[in-house]
Amino acid sequence: MEAFLQHIINGVSLGSIYALIALGYTMVYGILQLINFAHSDVYMIGAFIGFYSARWLNVSDAPGYGSFFSVLFIAMIGCSILGFTIERLAYRPLRKAPKLNALITAIGVSLFLEYSGQIVFGATPQVFPNILEDSIVATFGEVRVTKFDATILITTFALMLILRHIIQHTKLGKAMRATSFNGPWASLMGINVDRIISMTFVIGSALAAAGGILVGIKYPKIEPLMGVMIGLKAFVAAVLGGIGNIAGAVLGALIMGLAEEFVVGYGASTYRDALAFGILIIILLFKPAGLLGKFTVEKV
Amino acid sequence: MSALLDVKNVRVKYGNIEALKGISFTVQSGEIISLIGANGAGKSTTLRTISGLLTPVSGEVVWQGKPIHHMKPHDIVKLGLLQSPEGRGIFANLSVLENLEMGAYTRKDSKEAITKDLENVYLLFPRIKERLRQQAGTLSGGEQQMLAISRALMGRPKLLLLDEPSLGLAPQIVETIFSIIKKINSEGTTILLVEQNAFQALKISHRGYVVETGEIVLSGKGSDLLVDPKVREAYLGG
Repeated sequence: MEAFLQHIINGVSLGSIYALIALGYTMVYGILQLINFAHSDVYMIGAFIGFYSARWLNVSDAPGYGSFFSVLFIAMIGCSILGFTIERLAYRPLRKAPKLNALITAIGVSLFLEYSGQIVFGATPQVFPNILEDSIVATFGEVRVTKFDATILITTFALMLILRHIIQHTKLGKAMRATSFNGPWASLMGINVDRIISMTFVIGSALAAAGGILVGIKYPKIEPLMGVMIGLKAFVAAVLGGIGNIAGAVLGALIMGLAEEFVVGYGASTYRDALAFGILIIILLFKPAGLLGKFTVEKV
Repeated sequence: MSALLDVKNVRVKYGNIEALKGISFTVQSGEIISLIGANGAGKSTTLRTISGLLTPVSGEVVWQGKPIHHMKPHDIVKLGLLQSPEGRGIFANLSVLENLEMGAYTRKDSKEAITKDLENVYLLFPRIKERLRQQAGTLSGGEQQMLAISRALMGRPKLLLLDEPSLGLAPQIVETIFSIIKKINSEGTTILLVEQNAFQALKISHRGYVVETGEIVLSGKGSDLLVDPKVREAYLGG
């Protein structure tokens, strides 16, 4: 029983990181019907911005929430700018081109970021600076909640609340939902659709950066290809929940995190990566639009 | 007097297909103008071009003396041209109230002014008020049409562009919608109406234009067109 509860805590913690990244995929897909393959590399850049800003702020050996939040903040701002720039330079010129062109461009941007990362940061893994020290914050019998897990959970939860508020209650969020329903109609309301698309990339990229920092503190080895597998899983999570659907992305990510944790916990860790795709295949067999999806996913 | 809207010899192409072959017409301030014609004649294309969703290959769209055919749709809205598009264009995933708020998206005036306009909309369409919190996609066809018109009104249009407001609606609801369109006009809003329901449209219009395969083939006062033998034969069932 205790092991079971422990796995739940770990699984939710892992799942919430997947969720941060999955949200970016699903939001961009919802508005542009584009699978932004470069998103996972924005996450990687987020981790590296964290790495360098911790050095620059001189907090590499000063663990604490002050250091953690400053690094988190810088990475989120940095990735917002990166996401904005990617959309502006790579995707906007293709707005009127066939969808496949944008998709191939997304793969190109992804490879560009990965291999530029190898040139600039080096291909060997680096150790993420010690900006937060782990400890045990609560124990329930044998079940332990670590400071890392609590921080991951609270940070993602807070970010999701903010996101939810933006999407449900602000003018920007309403315009985002209107645009994702139908861009031309939104423009007839006076909504500047290009601006809404930019903002979607900005928000999604900031969330990915937060994911990068949280992974950095918990699994402190970062390298330029670190986004590939986690990005794929987050993407699977988004599809699982119904791509384009925000609640679906979070649900899909939690399922993925829990499933992976249980597979590893009960001794089949060789299959941890295969599992993601196994779940995907099974769910899509029964619900082709994903768990909460309503529309048929366009084939690419 | 110069026209509020002057469409001059506009040609629009979808790929190689010429949808508008040089359309010209004017809308004066205070009028209801209708474009009538069959499905595929180019009526909706005309509205889409005026709103900036399509760019003409030649010709001009002039608004209060200023060409607007190269402007973006969201900037054209800021000039006071609001459209209720073909198929109503309701955001089904937003609540009814949120749809109305989207209509007021570009407005910079006070919240009170917007609240006051909401009240006006409820006066015109009491049913909208009952459904404010509902998802717009759950409304009936007639209610969606009312919402589409209300939403455009929330932008305080100088010119209201209505694309087929009668489409798919029961006859009594069509009557209601048209009487409300007339009322909106009498309160000072100029209206450009696109309709297949020629009878209803011409009845409330000051002037009308008949569109066939991308060209205007006939124009005149609404009351004259209603009794015109060619119009009667082609659009009013003889």
